[in-house]
Amino acid sequence: MTELFTILIGTVLVNNFVLVQFLGLCPFMGVSTKLESAIGMSAATTFVLTLASVCSYLVNAYVLEPFNLEFLRTISFILVIATVVSFSKMYIEKTSPVLYRVLGIYIPLITTNCAVLGVALLNVTKSHNFFQSGLYGFGAGVGFSLVLILFAAMRERITVADTPAPFRGAAIGMITAGLMSLAFMGFGGLVAL
Amino acid sequence: MPLWGLAAWSPYKKMEIFLEHIVLIAVLTLTGLAILFGAILGAASVKFKVEGDPLVEQIDTLLPQTQCGQCGYPGCKPYATAIADGKADINRCPPGGHATIQSLADLLGVEVKPLDAEHGVEAEVKTVAYIREDECIGCTKCIQACPVDAILGAAKLMHTVVVSECTGCDLCVEPCPVDCIDMLPVEQPLSEWSWNLPPSTREVLGNMKAGDLIGSDRSDSSSGKGDRAA
Repeated sequence: MTELFTILIGTVLVNNFVLVQFLGLCPFMGVSTKLESAIGMSAATTFVLTLASVCSYLVNAYVLEPFNLEFLRTISFILVIATVVSFSKMYIEKTSPVLYRVLGIYIPLITTNCAVLGVALLNVTKSHNFFQSGLYGFGAGVGFSLVLILFAAMRERITVADTPAPFRGAAIGMITAGLMSLAFMGFGGLVAL
Repeated sequence: MPLWGLAAWSPYKKMEIFLEHIVLIAVLTLTGLAILFGAILGAASVKFKVEGDPLVEQIDTLLPQTQCGQCGYPGCKPYATAIADGKADINRCPPGGHATIQSLADLLGVEVKPLDAEHGVEAEVKTVAYIREDECIGCTKCIQACPVDAILGAAKLMHTVVVSECTGCDLCVEPCPVDCIDMLPVEQPLSEWSWNLPPSTREVLGNMKAGDLIGSDRSDSSSGKGDRAA
């Protein structure tokens, strides 16, 4: 139990995928101009991260390892992620039109989010079991959502603030992201992983 | 099966067999995975097939299909999509008028609103476009403007309107360079004349105020109430 909690805190805060490990920076800068879309993107990414890390664990443990095909990890994980993303898009579209309206356009974008592949590969490196993999993916998703929503909220305020002309737009966004990353480095040492 | 022509040396031969073996397994495994995932996705796309948005379809059938664009959207279907997404209000359709707003409000469970004057006023009577043919110069501008293809004609030949197709949306009047298009009220032939339909029960109930028992009591509700109490 303590170990699972450690994984969760470790991925959400200490080894945050975006601000500490610098994975998934594209949606972090791209979809953070509006709080509404940031929330949609966060929910979709958390969902896919959890599902993809579980599925990649299954493929790794039951297909690649028995055949000694560990060198095929990257390509098969990309296959798994693409499948999971398309499948969940179809499933959500059919079962929940309301949720699809919120998440719809963000789901295909997640295929190319490197945090998803990163989580799948890190699960193997850290030799997590089935539940640990799922939790690790979920924690990564929660951490991604946390910083994306915080960052979007800040950017919404920054756009109306009196920023010096050379810093307007993406430049001040980069600086803010850097400061947030510094702040998150402060969690280092909270959990020893 | 020599791979690199080094088959004569036994250590390489071993390695060669090993390599062929592992490559074969790798190819087979990846192909298997790809076929499996492809089958899953193929089955899912059949099982989870979505035929448009049911709500959009329902709203679209209630709209008058004039495709006039007075609501600010390029046609009735885009307006229906916008209503379903909550981006547009239900009171932006002048051709449909109050009856359309009423039925949309019933479908969506929202309050009935008066027509938004910004998008035009409800026509008193149904009109159709009429082209004064001797003045028409055959510029085809009204043909391009017509959303329902109700105008016939070709360049430098006079145009005319198919009355049964015209929805009376006014869109052809503005582009005409010689102003030869009139909007004429539709004359109802005697064979099609009928009494005005009484308002539907739902409309009557919707217009009722507190204290009214039925719609027809409204005119003398004070005396009627006294009678009922006694």
